[in-house]
Amino acid sequence: MKSSPALTGLQFRLTAAAVFVAVLPHLLRLPSLISVPVLALIALRWLQRRRSTKRLPAWIKLPLVLLFPVLIVFHYGNLFGREPGSALACAMLALKLLETDNRRDARAAICFSAFVLMSALLFDQGMWITVLLCAALVILLAALRALESARTQWLPDLRSGAFALATALPLALCAFVLFPRLASPLWGAPNDTTARTGLGDRMAPGTMQELLIDDSPAFRVVFDTTTPPRDKLYWRGPVLWQFDGSAWTRPEWLASRPGDGDVRVRGDRVSYEVTLEPSERHWLLALDVPLLAPQGAVRGADMSLVSRTHVDDPIRYRMVSAPDYVLEPMLDPLHRRLALQLPTGFDPRARALAQRWHDEFHGDPNRIINAALDMIRGEFTYTLNAPLLGRDSVDDFLFDTRRGFCEHFSSAFTFLMRAAGIPARVVTGYQGGYFNKLGNYWVVRQSDAHAWSEVWLQGLGWVRVDPTAAVSPQRVQAGAHAAAGASAPWYQADWLMAIRNRMDLVNRFWNDAIVQFNALRQQSLLTPFGVDKAEYPQLMLAMLALGSVLLGLFAWWAMRAPKPAGDALDAAYARLCRKLARAGAARDRAEGPLTLAMRVAATWPAQHGLQDLFAQYVGLRYAHALPDPERIQNFTRAVARLRLPVATPAAAQSS
Amino acid sequence: MTGTAASAIRTSLRDRLFEYAERRLPALTRLKRVESLPIRLDRHRIYVLPTRFGLMLSLLLLVMLLGALNYNNNPALLLTCLFAAAAYQSVFAAFATLNGLEIAALRAEPCHAGGALEFSIHFHIAAKSRHSLRLRTQDAQTGFDLDRDGAATLRIPAPQRGWLRPGRLRLCSEYPFGLFEVWSWINPEFAALVYPRLESNPPPLPRSGVQAQQLADRNSGDELAALREYQTGDPPRNIAWKASARRDQLLVKEFETPRGQEIMLDFAALRGLPNEDRIARLAAWVCMAEAVRLPYALALAQTRIDSGLGAEHRHACLRALALAPGAAP
Repeated sequence: MKSSPALTGLQFRLTAAAVFVAVLPHLLRLPSLISVPVLALIALRWLQRRRSTKRLPAWIKLPLVLLFPVLIVFHYGNLFGREPGSALACAMLALKLLETDNRRDARAAICFSAFVLMSALLFDQGMWITVLLCAALVILLAALRALESARTQWLPDLRSGAFALATALPLALCAFVLFPRLASPLWGAPNDTTARTGLGDRMAPGTMQELLIDDSPAFRVVFDTTTPPRDKLYWRGPVLWQFDGSAWTRPEWLASRPGDGDVRVRGDRVSYEVTLEPSERHWLLALDVPLLAPQGAVRGADMSLVSRTHVDDPIRYRMVSAPDYVLEPMLDPLHRRLALQLPTGFDPRARALAQRWHDEFHGDPNRIINAALDMIRGEFTYTLNAPLLGRDSVDDFLFDTRRGFCEHFSSAFTFLMRAAGIPARVVTGYQGGYFNKLGNYWVVRQSDAHAWSEVWLQGLGWVRVDPTAAVSPQRVQAGAHAAAGASAPWYQADWLMAIRNRMDLVNRFWNDAIVQFNALRQQSLLTPFGVDKAEYPQLMLAMLALGSVLLGLFAWWAMRAPKPAGDALDAAYARLCRKLARAGAARDRAEGPLTLAMRVAATWPAQHGLQDLFAQYVGLRYAHALPDPERIQNFTRAVARLRLPVATPAAAQSS
Repeated sequence: MTGTAASAIRTSLRDRLFEYAERRLPALTRLKRVESLPIRLDRHRIYVLPTRFGLMLSLLLLVMLLGALNYNNNPALLLTCLFAAAAYQSVFAAFATLNGLEIAALRAEPCHAGGALEFSIHFHIAAKSRHSLRLRTQDAQTGFDLDRDGAATLRIPAPQRGWLRPGRLRLCSEYPFGLFEVWSWINPEFAALVYPRLESNPPPLPRSGVQAQQLADRNSGDELAALREYQTGDPPRNIAWKASARRDQLLVKEFETPRGQEIMLDFAALRGLPNEDRIARLAAWVCMAEAVRLPYALALAQTRIDSGLGAEHRHACLRALALAPGAAP
């Protein structure tokens, strides 16, 4: 087997850089148990290689090869699947760098880097990460190019890598848009979940806190015609019925009981389109109260929408809602029982207070509700830094701490209502959103998560009561971060949020055009060209046709002959002739340099430099097969310096 | 041992296959024939094929493509497409590396047989720069970059005296990413002269034919300078028999040559030596005479070169020796 040439210092450094950028996006995500050794391995190898080009002995490499799988199994439990697999790939890539000493190894390492780079996109499909990873290809290409030459500057390599990538863009886009997508996966799609924040079907004090400081978009909404006012934008998520003293939950069996849809619509309907970010949960969000269920989802009896599958990819659905409604005017006995259920042995003080209200107001629900809201309005503070609560969480909150955010308020309020004999439940979801004028859509972020209460009143059905709005009207009018004031994290500063909200337009485009581009949308791609439903053959044909055109253009560019002959000497002589022509002594096409020189001598006897130039040219052109480049340069400079009188029309005619 | 034998068989098989192809497919191989300089490379004579690494990368890209499609991961697909397009389009850069390149001239300083001939191949690059070029013959190769018109040198072993053609040269490059190899065959009409081998330990310069005879007969007048080991071709009358008997080996008397005397290097005078050895000794003598600045004349079977001194004279003599009958064609 032919041995591959050893790497020069620059070649090694660029290869190491390629490996590093490939591992980098993973490092932020991997557990430190694996990311630290991987990073250390790359750094140590870099330093070792700077000192000597000796190969590392096997007794160093072999234990490392065994160590990483053990670490990965120790952390993840196995070696397969998306997370452990990518960890293993990173580790193996770092190990490959350890034994990279010749060109073949370096090429293999760079190839594998491309693969590892791509696998980072399995975890995050965001626009910026994609753009950055694509830009990282420049380093990979630069490393490949460096392997081809023994030069010592890296800048030309980087430049040609960038050039190659930039020129590849048209062909890449053509392939990306037209390459037929698979309607169904060839093998099992990844189903391991990453820990995303999002609404859960359980609410205990503090569970929402993580959500309220998370700025990632939860979903985006485009209204068809009318947009309800901001304080009516309650996006309904899971409805929580059961309280066990610490947490509110949703009974599983309720989800499988389709609702009878007992909604009486008053006023207008609102129709809109929701694009939901992947949440890896079942919930679909809709404006209170949804009138139908999207395809593949069920509307429960409590009007929450449950998808049959996890939302692992962004999905889009059309919805119709009624902002004014009467929900369940006749309360189902089962629902009534559920909505009055309270755990025994918890929160005696709250119970006693509710009982006192019940007796005082003779069970009038309106007055009880007002009393509760008055209490909250008077002495409570909205803050994201809520103090911890003890066993009797509602008692602690109502009578001791009195500081909290939506989940504390809704939980305490619902508890009081139930204790006072009014059917009540907790509704979680989102409230508000940001209207992007440029894109004419609403973006609702995780930090817009909210919890409120619904009470059932005779004749009115379920009525929304938002105790948080009572304590902090800002929360409903301006959003959580405005209401939280100083307790909001720094990145939710107003001016920053304004910029981010505006920039969300780009993210939306990315989600829309790139991430959600699927087989279905690809089929309608060729409609303008008269193909209603583009199937595999049409798409293939279109891709090959467009690709051929692009490649043809490149081939033309590559094959156009570089200007023939025309070395530096010829160019300089041509320039001399042009100068003569401007001065009135144009060279005849059949005239050689010597005859021209004679004629010029007759015209300008005083111009001695001119004769010398001709002598130089004749000497350079005809005395050597390969004239000395330095002398050509001298000649070129002399021609450039030459000044001739510009021809008067008379002189031009005479010559 | 078996490995080298196997590879020898492989190369001979390959050579025979190529020979056959050249005989049977003149249309494909016509551009490999000898042609006069300058040679300009264009699309009619530039060939491109993916390298083994290129094939490996395309396999990897296929895996990446399948993965991205299967998970319906469009950003990953975009990355894959971008990398694939950049890799694929490097074929044009590879082609442009050779396209329009002009082989302007070949030079070679003569060397002695057994050494290596240094060909310098001069290029007009006719573009900004040409990277990572490689020039290969059967038994030599060199890599170089051209940022402007310039030359590459190639050392080709010269085992025999006479004219040496560099033969068919393969000018190739894997620029820019090593994914495609682009190559062109050039067979310039050029031959370099290879001087004869120099005898490694030649006897001292002979006196001119007749004089030497007379001197030997008289055996007086010149001073005996030294004794040295006998070498084939020494006249038997110079052997120092008495000294040889004492030393167990044949010794030869060496006489000091008077300065200013003309030396006659006569092919015919070196009896008892094979043809090539005679030429090697004459060549060595030419160099020795040149070194000590003694005028010398050369007489070969067909050629005579009158006495002279200097680089041109030396070249004329060595050239005559190099091209003496019996040389390689």
